[in-house]
Amino acid sequence: MSTSPVITDVRPATTPEAVPRHSGDVLPAVLVNGVSQVFQRGGPPVLHGVDLTVAPGEFVCLLGASGCGKSTLLNLLAGLIEPTAGTIEVSAERPALMFQEAALLPWLTAAGNVELALRARGVDRSTRREEARRLLAVVNLAGAEDKAVHELSGGMRQRVALARALAQDSSVLLMDEPFAALDAITRDVLHQELTRVWAEQRLSIVFVTHNVREAARLGQRVVLMGSRPGRIVREWQIDVPQPRTIESPEVSSISAEITRELHKEISRHGH
Amino acid sequence: MVTDLLRPRRGARTGGADPVARDTDAEERAVVAGLDALDAAPQLPPKPGVGRVLVRSVLPPIVFLAALVGVWQLAYLAEIKPPYALPSPADTLQTFWTTVQDGRAAEAVWTSLSRGAVGFAMSLVIGTLLGLAMWGSRWLRAAIGPIVSGLQSLPSVAWVPAAIIWFQLSNAAIYTVVLLGAVPSIANGLLTGMKQVPPLFDRVGRVLGLSALGRIRYVLLPAALPGYVGGLRQGWAFAWRSLMAAELITYSPRLGQGLGQLLNIGRELSQMSLVITSIALILVVGVAIELLVFAPLERRILIRRGLTVR
Repeated sequence: MSTSPVITDVRPATTPEAVPRHSGDVLPAVLVNGVSQVFQRGGPPVLHGVDLTVAPGEFVCLLGASGCGKSTLLNLLAGLIEPTAGTIEVSAERPALMFQEAALLPWLTAAGNVELALRARGVDRSTRREEARRLLAVVNLAGAEDKAVHELSGGMRQRVALARALAQDSSVLLMDEPFAALDAITRDVLHQELTRVWAEQRLSIVFVTHNVREAARLGQRVVLMGSRPGRIVREWQIDVPQPRTIESPEVSSISAEITRELHKEISRHGH
Repeated sequence: MVTDLLRPRRGARTGGADPVARDTDAEERAVVAGLDALDAAPQLPPKPGVGRVLVRSVLPPIVFLAALVGVWQLAYLAEIKPPYALPSPADTLQTFWTTVQDGRAAEAVWTSLSRGAVGFAMSLVIGTLLGLAMWGSRWLRAAIGPIVSGLQSLPSVAWVPAAIIWFQLSNAAIYTVVLLGAVPSIANGLLTGMKQVPPLFDRVGRVLGLSALGRIRYVLLPAALPGYVGGLRQGWAFAWRSLMAAELITYSPRLGQGLGQLLNIGRELSQMSLVITSIALILVVGVAIELLVFAPLERRILIRRGLTVR
């Protein structure tokens, strides 16, 4: 099935059940078991029978067309909503979550936003300031501590949001199309920043996107979701180590294969 | 495990000889710094100097006032109305000056302003509590929301007769009218401010793990601040108007003499110059509070959030 030597089909279209890849000694960072979600009683299911395992330190991209329920799945992982059926286990007590918008609080400075996450965690007032400064430096924003939110560009805001997510000190980071609203150049740079931070902090990341190249650029594993109802249809293991670049031949050929499958999945809905 | 995979591929990826890993990081930092410099909001021009401010915002109202006095003087000379009904600007200025010199102006301003301050402070507490309660209880909001909104459009002077029947000619009657004028605006302002908080902010609070109380204290209330201050500003305007209406009607020697009572004396003596003097004083106090308290407060909040240009 697979056409590229660097990508492996771990969940081919023909096998309906998930392949347990990470069973054994280590506890998974995220374990989703048979999760279904219905928002209206008697309405159409948004998610149906979703199984997903994320290993500690793994970078998984959830890919799908609009309306496939990928954001719903992320909200379930974040604990913002409860599943209608199935179970969800997340190794972190409270996973960090980044939204498509930076969602910074505009009355606080860059550092103030990071400090609020520290305060929520119960960090001492005396160490908050210093810790916020350190986290902003991690995302290359040293010196921007006292900037107001409106003084920051879109890319800078998302980096403050990343610093705030890191301030939650969670081993699991959930990201809901965090770079979708950014221009291509800024997105490239943030991909680079994110993979660096991911490696340094040994985070487990679930990254939701509808951008195939972004998924191929970032993920160790790409999980393709189908729509109506939202479910997992394919899954690829990508054995190209980071740092990759979005224009590299490997990323291109992986994207090509995933795009073919995505198109097949989408065209099922046309008739 | 991640770094093991990361390091050896670096050289291969760039195609040349193994560059030191640090170089890639430095390169990344340089690109990031460049992007930030290009992207960040442009520096605003420096604040205009004192001269520009004078020309732009102080001169126009002075010119307008001068023109108004000019027209008034012409109307006086043309004797559109008899002189007792339309005194000359000079006569009026004379009365104004006498009122200031004999201390009546200061007494009236002080009496009204202190009543206004006390009434507004009470309205602030009651209106804020009412707004919070209405936000917290869906039932209460449904029950009294329409009444509170309706009260805003009811001229509070309509309460004066009722207040006098309940409390006779007393300060209590005056405060009742002020409260009924200001409380609905403040409660509604806070409620509207809280309703307009983007749901995303509350989700942020949840994701960060703030408690329900923490989310109110650190997310909801600060987010609602612009609407709240708008409500306070309107509340003060209503409080001041209600106070004048109440003072104008509740005239009694036992009560201190406020601006409304001064206005009433002018009416009873048919002294138009005193009437105009009182109106001018009422206007000046209203404008002064607006310019000295509410405008700067609102501006600071909006500028801080990038919601207005300097």
